[in-house]
Amino acid sequence: MDRVVKTINPKAQQRDVEVLSNKKVGAYHHIVLAVGDLAIATRPGNFVAISVGDAMSNTILRRAFAIYRASDRGQYGGTIELVVAPHGLGSRWLCARQIHDRVNIVAPLGTSFGIPTEPVNALLVGGGYGAAPLFGLAEVLKSQGSRVDMILGASVAGKIYAPLEGKRSVNTTTLTTEDGSTGIKGRVTDVMPALIEKHKSEIIYSCGPMAMLNAVNEIADQFQLMHQCAVEESMACGIGVCMTCVIPLKGDDGLVRMSRSCIDGPVVDGSAVIWGSDRTVPEGTLGR
Amino acid sequence: MNETFKAFDFRTRFGSITFPSPIFTASGCAGSGKELSQFFSLDELGAIVTKSIAVKPRSGRATPRMAETPSGMLNSIGLQGPGIDQFLEIDIPWLISRNVRTIVSISGETVEEYATLARKLRSVSGLSGVEVNISCPNVENRGMVFACDPIASREVIQVVRRNLGNDLPIIAKLSPDVTDLVSIAHGVVDAGANGLALINTLLGMVIDIDARRPKLAGKTGGLSGPAIRPVAVRAIYQVHAALPQIPILGMGGVASGRDALELIFAGASGVSIGTATFGDPGAPLRIKRELEIALKERGFSSFADAVGAAHES
Repeated sequence: MDRVVKTINPKAQQRDVEVLSNKKVGAYHHIVLAVGDLAIATRPGNFVAISVGDAMSNTILRRAFAIYRASDRGQYGGTIELVVAPHGLGSRWLCARQIHDRVNIVAPLGTSFGIPTEPVNALLVGGGYGAAPLFGLAEVLKSQGSRVDMILGASVAGKIYAPLEGKRSVNTTTLTTEDGSTGIKGRVTDVMPALIEKHKSEIIYSCGPMAMLNAVNEIADQFQLMHQCAVEESMACGIGVCMTCVIPLKGDDGLVRMSRSCIDGPVVDGSAVIWGSDRTVPEGTLGR
Repeated sequence: MNETFKAFDFRTRFGSITFPSPIFTASGCAGSGKELSQFFSLDELGAIVTKSIAVKPRSGRATPRMAETPSGMLNSIGLQGPGIDQFLEIDIPWLISRNVRTIVSISGETVEEYATLARKLRSVSGLSGVEVNISCPNVENRGMVFACDPIASREVIQVVRRNLGNDLPIIAKLSPDVTDLVSIAHGVVDAGANGLALINTLLGMVIDIDARRPKLAGKTGGLSGPAIRPVAVRAIYQVHAALPQIPILGMGGVASGRDALELIFAGASGVSIGTATFGDPGAPLRIKRELEIALKERGFSSFADAVGAAHES
């Protein structure tokens, strides 16, 4: 049972930071923020909560964005990079920022992907721009000697995020689109079984929409592989106080609790998630 | 001592307890306290008001639980929590051991549950008060919102007073979604409340026009944020006019020092910061500093002098 008061990522700080770069890449924006020493504390899977709008805006909540990569060395000191789809009010505001604009962030937040102590054969599965954090993960896995195979899927070619520099750390990349406009026609899960066998994958990492994570988890189950995924649930604060971003998670004690995806996640073990519980609470679930 | 360096006299009083700061957290907006301690010293607060705790562990409602609205948001948490026993075993010792002034917020489904909660709190040392939440809108049965019924709300406060003893102040948290707020306020004060918390969220709904259904899984949710601030100011003004001796813990969309000052001039003896913390984790401390400047600019030498100032002309 939870014997301690859970808290947010102990490295998280609130800061005003400078936008170093904002470039349109296909359907997305690639944004670089100068965050100083917060970059050293950032791990693959962590996220950043960004304040959007100004005194004239009527949006009051922070927006959570997955961190694509963090770098502690560079011309401008530590940086974090984001891949943002300009869909909602907040993401459109962020994508409209110019170089040298300042934004208020809280980072790094949440859990990160677990890195095996020994080199492994890892299969990374990403959906749309949600795949972004997998590239930072690939770099870490590669640097400790692991084999990294990646599957990137989306509805159409334009929604796949696959930067050239991101592929350096990847042994193979397989693309899937639902309309067949690039790569193999179908979904990421259609190609997973064959790739798991071919590359002798030992662990699955995934990132993307909840329905995709659920489907990836079923295949991980079939092959009895460990599966770590970064979940998505709408958040108001990102720092564990609003209780809106909960998902039902099974704890080590076997009990299911509504757990904050900003504190117990976003990276969780796929086997701990009670899948398919959107708009319902599984029987017997507790709170915390 | 040089005037510039003298700490501003922010003292305020609820029942028998004097708080060194008039800025509190709003129940359900500060987690267990520990989360915010990473952003500012909790000692700056009058007190942490904890998330309303129930007798048993509660899962709360299904997701989506949140919908952003113009200058506000709907939440539909449904009083998720670990239950009073685990709360007293884990959360409270963390706060008390760090000398964080703590007001425990309690919520029951029946009058008996409020009695149980009050009895369990009676033996806890180091608390600064009890907020009795009788106005959470996120419950299955609207008939269970005690604060909508003058008789039920009075009954709850009576049993809490009887079971808690007379040492700790009781602050009754009321709903603005009623026809006659003043009569409900009179009732809970007669029943033993030392203070009133005004206002809880307002019941609202957002429809997802693509899915053609309410956006929240629980259909309705509580509206908070700057959108409701004028409702809070009105409620505080009305109740302070009727019960000028009863301290009011004001809340509702306060995002700056000037916002806090509106509630204080309307009659609030303390101001709780809620939704603003979601957008700015350091909001309680920032607002306290802005409030100090705003009070000094207007010639106030102590916080207490400003309470209810809008009633004087």
